[in-house]
Amino acid sequence: MEYKNVGQRDKRYDGLAHVTGKTRYVDDVVIPGMLAVKALRSPVTKGKVKKIDTAAAQKTAGLAAVITPQDVPANGFGPMGPEQPVLAQDIRFKGEPLAAVAAADEDTAMEAISRIKVDIEEEKGVMDPLEAMKPEAPKVRAEGNLFMFGDKPYREIISGNLEAGFKEADEIVEADYVESSYEHTALETQCSVAVPEANGKLTIYTVSQCPWFHIGPLCGVLKMPMSKVRFIGGTVGGGFGGKNDIHADHITALLALKTGKPVKWRWTREEELLFSTHRGAWHIHFKDGVKKNGRIVARQVRSIRDSGAYTSLNPYGVEIHCLVVNGPYHIPNVHIQGYLVYTNKPLSMSMRGFAINEANYATEVQMNRLASAINMDPWDIRFINAYRNGDKMPVGKVLDSVALIEVMQALAQKAGIALPAQCQTMTSAKREVQP
Amino acid sequence: MKYTLSFTLNGLPVEILVKPTETLLDVLRHQMNVKSPKRGCNTGDCGACTVLLNGEPIRSCITLALTVAGQSITSLEGLAEGGRLHPLQKSFHDHNAIQCGFCTPGMIMAARALLDKNPSPTIEDIKKGLSGNLCRCTGYAKIIDAVLAAGKEMAAKKT
Repeated sequence: MEYKNVGQRDKRYDGLAHVTGKTRYVDDVVIPGMLAVKALRSPVTKGKVKKIDTAAAQKTAGLAAVITPQDVPANGFGPMGPEQPVLAQDIRFKGEPLAAVAAADEDTAMEAISRIKVDIEEEKGVMDPLEAMKPEAPKVRAEGNLFMFGDKPYREIISGNLEAGFKEADEIVEADYVESSYEHTALETQCSVAVPEANGKLTIYTVSQCPWFHIGPLCGVLKMPMSKVRFIGGTVGGGFGGKNDIHADHITALLALKTGKPVKWRWTREEELLFSTHRGAWHIHFKDGVKKNGRIVARQVRSIRDSGAYTSLNPYGVEIHCLVVNGPYHIPNVHIQGYLVYTNKPLSMSMRGFAINEANYATEVQMNRLASAINMDPWDIRFINAYRNGDKMPVGKVLDSVALIEVMQALAQKAGIALPAQCQTMTSAKREVQP
Repeated sequence: MKYTLSFTLNGLPVEILVKPTETLLDVLRHQMNVKSPKRGCNTGDCGACTVLLNGEPIRSCITLALTVAGQSITSLEGLAEGGRLHPLQKSFHDHNAIQCGFCTPGMIMAARALLDKNPSPTIEDIKKGLSGNLCRCTGYAKIIDAVLAAGKEMAAKKT
């Protein structure tokens, strides 16, 4: 059978538009009479807004509208429930929007923002997740600084008998792995255009990576049925996970509805770097027991993810992290705990390999440390412990169709690496003796 | 107060009114509807706003519009001639040297300026020539391939 496309390299369907400059990103959308949006952002990391006085701002020539929390029909959004305010009164991070304006142009909008008087009762916040876990730490959220996974403040995976595993081990290797947060820095900053239509519907040009995640929470904020809001999206100037949360569409929607005019909000690079979502920081602690023959017999991991001030999909991140931090290795006695901790910082979220890359980094550096502790080749220890058919994962799944050993052999060959002798002949066949 | 600005844009003369504080990027995007130069950083760091001033690549986001009076500006919109893609455009498409496409206009304009000066660049020359243009999808390897191939094609046509 001949294939038309399988095995062929295909060109991008949107490539010709990209190379001719004809692709229209959200900031390229211009609607006649469109207003510009700017937000008043919190100057403090934690506090309460006592009073917002917009009287002077309202008098700015060229201003169309100001919105404060009382203008938001339902002031909360988020994929797991309406937990994050569109415009905050209870401030949880520096840069959180408190009010927003629409005006003739960006300069006028900034002028109006500078005339808003806001009275804030500043409170002491907490920035370090390890500090935030302490009982005496300032509360980021009234319900506490630890996200509850059911009735426990952590996601847990237990298999085998950890203490028995440690007793069996010849060496114990403990280490900490720390990964900092970082910003996606897509070349296109957050941007949104909202257009009120003649028939009462609202059209929103969005940079969202997942409009189908966002339309529900957005309609919740607006208290509008989903049939009245039309998202136009899919052309994204880089996302990398940084456009998986609503950043601008809620505020442009509110201002479009209030003014009856099309509005655009485009974030500056500075706003993007300081206040948008970012890859969350981790503290990961490993304690492993390994035998001289290379078998890992016990693995204990305690991981702490810094969520920032809100939740979004971070519980999923912690769950997937707990699933993969064991590595693709058959270890009979495992205890993994993953915590999600709130701090007074912008929301952490997905970025390229959401919570997985951080786990893999820690696991694979730990594997080299184990090899070094027992004077073994780092390839040997990986092959000896690699998942095989019939092995049981810590979550209880019995594996079949495993090909890790064969994949490592093929990769080593392509990379020109001479594997130790026993690695060259191993296969993923079921272990004859369960260790 | 606004001032009259006359310059050549993609081969055609234009005359418009601009404020002294307006950047070339804002004038191109907002007044001229020339949308290929992008606002990535607005501080001259990312190169997404690159256009050619008399053939030299410049950052339109940190160029005051009035400073280009009487001169010639070329954006990606002005690169194709007679409805046919420029070899660089074709090569970027053929090599899949594009992902999100946001850096592409600036990248192609910087590459055009490079090839005009140095028709047979080495990989090092290309890296240097495009060092002011960021691609966050990290497609640099394919971008270099595309510029190399376009350079070869353009050189072959000349001989």
